[in-house]
Amino acid sequence: MPTGGGGDTPADLPAETAATVVGSSPIERTEAGAAAGAEQELMTVNMGPHHPATHGVLRLLVSLQGEVVIDLKPIIGYLHTGIEKSCEDQSYWKVIPFVERMDYLSYFSNMQAYCGAVETLLELELPPRAQYLRVIHLELNRIHSHLVWLGTSALDLGAISMFWYCFRERDKILDLFEMSSGQRMHTRYFQVGGVFEDIPAGFERKVREFCADMVVRLEQYRALLDRNEIFLRRTKGVGIVSRERLLELGVTGPLLRAAGEPWDLRRAQPDLCYADLDFKIPVGTVGDGYDRYRVRLQEMRESVRIIEQCLDGLPEGPFVADDRKVVLPPRDELSISMEALIHHFKLVTEGFRVPPGEAYYPVESPRGELGAFVLADGSAKPARVHIRDPSFVHMQALREMCVGGYIADLISNLAMLDPILGGVDR
Amino acid sequence: MRREKLRRLSPLSEPGSPEHLRVRQLRARDLLRGDLDDDELTEHVEQSVMTTTLDKVLRWGASNSMFPMTFGLACCAIEMMAMVTSRYDIARFGAEAFRASPRQADFIILSGRVSIKMAPVVRRVYDQMLEPRWAISMGACSSSGGMFANYAVVQGADKFMPVDIHIPGCPPRPEALLYGFTKLQRAIMGNPDQGWRRRYNAIGTEEWARDDVIAGQPSEASEAAYGRARQVVARTVESTGPEGAGGGEGPRGAGFG
Amino acid sequence: MPDSPGLELIAGELRDAHPDSVLATYHEHDQACLIVDPEQVLDVLRWLRDTPGQRYDFLSSLHGVDYLPAAPRFGVVYELLNRDRVERLRVRAALPDPAANGDGADALPAIDSCVELFPTAEFHEREVYDFFGIVFRGHPDLRRILLPEVYVGWPHRRDFPIGGEPVIFTHDERIVPGWTE
Repeated sequence: MPTGGGGDTPADLPAETAATVVGSSPIERTEAGAAAGAEQELMTVNMGPHHPATHGVLRLLVSLQGEVVIDLKPIIGYLHTGIEKSCEDQSYWKVIPFVERMDYLSYFSNMQAYCGAVETLLELELPPRAQYLRVIHLELNRIHSHLVWLGTSALDLGAISMFWYCFRERDKILDLFEMSSGQRMHTRYFQVGGVFEDIPAGFERKVREFCADMVVRLEQYRALLDRNEIFLRRTKGVGIVSRERLLELGVTGPLLRAAGEPWDLRRAQPDLCYADLDFKIPVGTVGDGYDRYRVRLQEMRESVRIIEQCLDGLPEGPFVADDRKVVLPPRDELSISMEALIHHFKLVTEGFRVPPGEAYYPVESPRGELGAFVLADGSAKPARVHIRDPSFVHMQALREMCVGGYIADLISNLAMLDPILGGVDR
Repeated sequence: MRREKLRRLSPLSEPGSPEHLRVRQLRARDLLRGDLDDDELTEHVEQSVMTTTLDKVLRWGASNSMFPMTFGLACCAIEMMAMVTSRYDIARFGAEAFRASPRQADFIILSGRVSIKMAPVVRRVYDQMLEPRWAISMGACSSSGGMFANYAVVQGADKFMPVDIHIPGCPPRPEALLYGFTKLQRAIMGNPDQGWRRRYNAIGTEEWARDDVIAGQPSEASEAAYGRARQVVARTVESTGPEGAGGGEGPRGAGFG
Repeated sequence: MPDSPGLELIAGELRDAHPDSVLATYHEHDQACLIVDPEQVLDVLRWLRDTPGQRYDFLSSLHGVDYLPAAPRFGVVYELLNRDRVERLRVRAALPDPAANGDGADALPAIDSCVELFPTAEFHEREVYDFFGIVFRGHPDLRRILLPEVYVGWPHRRDFPIGGEPVIFTHDERIVPGWTE
């Protein structure tokens, strides 16, 4: 039954449990049948693809012995959208809305990974204001993603009020996104060379208000969950996988940091203006569900700090690179400059061309390393766009987290894993 | 003012003079004493009891206590969750009780793109729902395939299951979803007019007015309805109303309100 | 990122350890890439992972690429990472298309699986098999992962049609009779 992974098969614990199950069973078995009976106790349960606790359309084939998970196989692909193939049919600047819809809770990270890869290929330098604006939105997006995670995970574990509170703050963030870009989700705010538009007047004040509010709210969330006996029992000591094994499985992000590894691409390989900012990387100790929850909660706090620093140090200047071959000319130039009109026409009809080459650009998304691989063949359309999505990789770690535990812990593990099926299946 | 409105709405044919009212009062007293019988009793009941069909009551009840199914597909599912939260609060319309089992659900919201691998699952879940059942296709992807015109996505969920309401957007705002849901409620209640076409002087812009095209030509019924509706607009006769513009002649399920 | 001389040093040492393993190197946009012989890709990856001084022991990503007009048509790209020095190295195994070499239209390119070296590669390799039809020898469970198991074709190859339907607008209603069917 156990497949793949090469991990240690959990033979000891389930065998003992099975023995007790067989022994206490009212049905008498013959001596010969008892050994085979342990095998027969296995029950395969299909969970999903339509299941309220799988955070999307994930399907899990779970082998159970009593209540203990013996084996678990994720079956994915129910949301496979063929985005990578669609991207090959679009010009570079039209790909951005497509990659946004992969990991639909961290759309700014997707955009940043893709735009970063294209900017690497174009060797385009971002103006400082664009970098700061990007970081503000990336961190707001991180808070947003973690809020949705916290709300839905707490809902899975039985704390329904968290859902209302978290979505209340989430709507405030979406209001901010709407203010800067006009859309709640999938904003397409980043573009190659900078951001789409400067922030409107009053945005800064609203973000500051939100930051001040969020600090208080985070304390409230902590107070709600940290003393909640049910929540603690369902997360503490559940789903522990060693740090070394997590690294072998390619796990990054909060899951890895909860296991005590301070690996954060914002610090390790800083892009944008992250090198100028002062923030901490929260790490856990044992790497159980509770550590994952605390790491993410603390990350939200750090994100608030980053946003405040960015607002304090927000430089003046252009919000987009001054490269007319890539970036649309300003609107007011169209009526006075023929060249601007030609550039505008070329960009809108054909798009810009990217010199041949390939680039891999990783960013730290709310879930871990999100990398975009872009292959350019010299035309105005990418020859290949591949997104390395953290949820896809983390799905392999789910088996190791759950095997040997109870089936109720499977829900807890899945909630604390925080997979986004749009990112898994792409 | 209020009384007048009530009287207009009351099933009694005559609003009545004071004498008439006096007669009714006396008759009501006789009824309570048990003195009324036969024809007089029948007449009294016919005049004073508002009758309706059971069907209407059922539909009214059904539309105001809908159980949606917990069925998230993609990005739209997050906005669908937001619809339940305190800011949008679908409980105002009686649909806050999300059911995880299709057997208990009244309608399904297809919130996101339907891939070729998921389509049989969606169809099966829909088949498991009990009649009467409804489906809302939320967002561009499940309505038409949206931006994902490729090998992996079904180009519109109505290719494999009936869909009652399509909500545009990518993803639609929760307000849009709420509006779509109220449309569905109207549809369940037998398609009563929502009133905004009259307010905005937009009678004749109904989708059904130009529906059921056969080989590029509108059918006679729809052509006639369309022409009547246009006449209504041209005359701007208020008394004609949407009923006069051919209401009920359009096919079921197309264009509500 | 190893710089350009650093990349050549790695390539030189690799050639000493495994002759003919490295076909070419390139270094552009601050990203280093080794193009290797697909038959020796496991040796190369093991060497890069285990040799002191290299220790590229974290596989960030593994994905397939179809360079259709180019001569070795397929590429399996390994994005390696050393977390201590924060250096990334891309290893690309250049795979020729057996169908073009006269092995029959159904012949699939094949390469050794690196799941034993990097357990994280399991899903990645299944995805590459799913999209490009590249067979990974020694993979524990090589099936389609994202598409239905009965699907025919390798959709992310460049010669596979994108699919979908053309968009029909309402103003075509009178021009194209019967488009609603």
